[in-house]
Amino acid sequence: MTTRKTETLVGLFVALAIAATMLLALRVVNQGMAGNSETFTVKARFDNIGGLKPRSSVKVGGVVVGRVERIYLHKTDLVPIVELQISTEYANTFPDTSSLSILTSGLLGEQFIGLLPGFIFPEDLARIEEDKVCETTSLNNCPYLTEGEEVFDTKSALILEDLIGQILFKQGSE
Amino acid sequence: MNFLVNYFSGLGKSTLNRVNGVGAASIMLYGALFAFPQWKNIRLTISQIYIVGVQSLLIVMVSGLFIGMVMALQGYTILVNYGAEGSLGPMVALSILRELGPVVTALLFAGRAGSALTAEIGLMKATEQLSSLEMMAIDPLRRVVSPRFWAGIISLPMLTLIFSAIGILGGHLVGVDWLGVDAGSYWSIMQATVEWDKDVVNGIIKSAVFALVIVWIALYKGYSCIPTSEGISQATTQTVVYSSLAILGLDFILTALMFGI
Repeated sequence: MTTRKTETLVGLFVALAIAATMLLALRVVNQGMAGNSETFTVKARFDNIGGLKPRSSVKVGGVVVGRVERIYLHKTDLVPIVELQISTEYANTFPDTSSLSILTSGLLGEQFIGLLPGFIFPEDLARIEEDKVCETTSLNNCPYLTEGEEVFDTKSALILEDLIGQILFKQGSE
Repeated sequence: MNFLVNYFSGLGKSTLNRVNGVGAASIMLYGALFAFPQWKNIRLTISQIYIVGVQSLLIVMVSGLFIGMVMALQGYTILVNYGAEGSLGPMVALSILRELGPVVTALLFAGRAGSALTAEIGLMKATEQLSSLEMMAIDPLRRVVSPRFWAGIISLPMLTLIFSAIGILGGHLVGVDWLGVDAGSYWSIMQATVEWDKDVVNGIIKSAVFALVIVWIALYKGYSCIPTSEGISQATTQTVVYSSLAILGLDFILTALMFGI
């Protein structure tokens, strides 16, 4: 009889632990980009990344679509290269004329990458429809951002010291 | 001259004793770890989970509730100065999931369950129950030590999860229901910040490591204690002191490995 009671209480204990895990998983944890979903990689080169760090978010109009995977310095050009992982949910969504800029959330908040979607030329639209360039294995002709592609239109982080320096320089020259 | 010889022989003796102790503890760990997959012992393990885990549930839940509540209260008074009380949720959740949950639960567990394990095993040794088991050709490592070992390792991560969940709910109780932080921002900013693998899973890994260390120290101290009432009381004290120090030291190392750059 006592073993039965013990086993029941242990069972309740396990159930409680599972309930706690469920609470953490469903209410507390970030679900949108859990890190397990499929992603594709996009590269971008900046002049200055400011305080950007790996795992900073990539946002389009405030919606998180990906994360910064890796930041390193280009060996010969000596500029920072940022690798972004964007959820495959948004594959063939952003045109490759999109621009990236490093923004700050709030006055003292963390830095993130804002993606401003670009446009697609009408003749490219026709190519997508007719030639199915985005459904072949080589995606070079696809006018959307795809795996391994580099974004050229980038805006660096705002460095407060540079800004103040420019203002002082401007005032000094007047 | 004689003084020097005495000094060095004393140093050598204490070194040898310590190395012996580490060796014996490692052999015990090996014996206990690899004695698990026996289904006939599962009942013993379950009854130990009851003693080690279920009976620690009340103290863990109450502490979790109050720690979550006090975190919310303290965090609110600081954050409200900057108009950032919306960040109360992530502050409570991250500090509980990453640090307070694993560490406080492990400290409570060391005091509540670790000391009891040492005293139990020590008394078994003092009353020669362990020797009697060996006389009956029953391996005390398998029959007595291993179920307690695995019960501790299984129980502590579950207790930590319960602690964290209740702590976050306690933070909600004080922050949202009492101090009037917006419930939507409490949960949504928390969800935007907390990551499953980085925060929750690392907390569970931490508590599993703490569990291993606590149960190892507790069982070894009981198993190797001097079989007198004084020896048992010393071993019990040592268990609590050593495992608390080990938890705090290991916590720093694990945090540096997990969240350091």
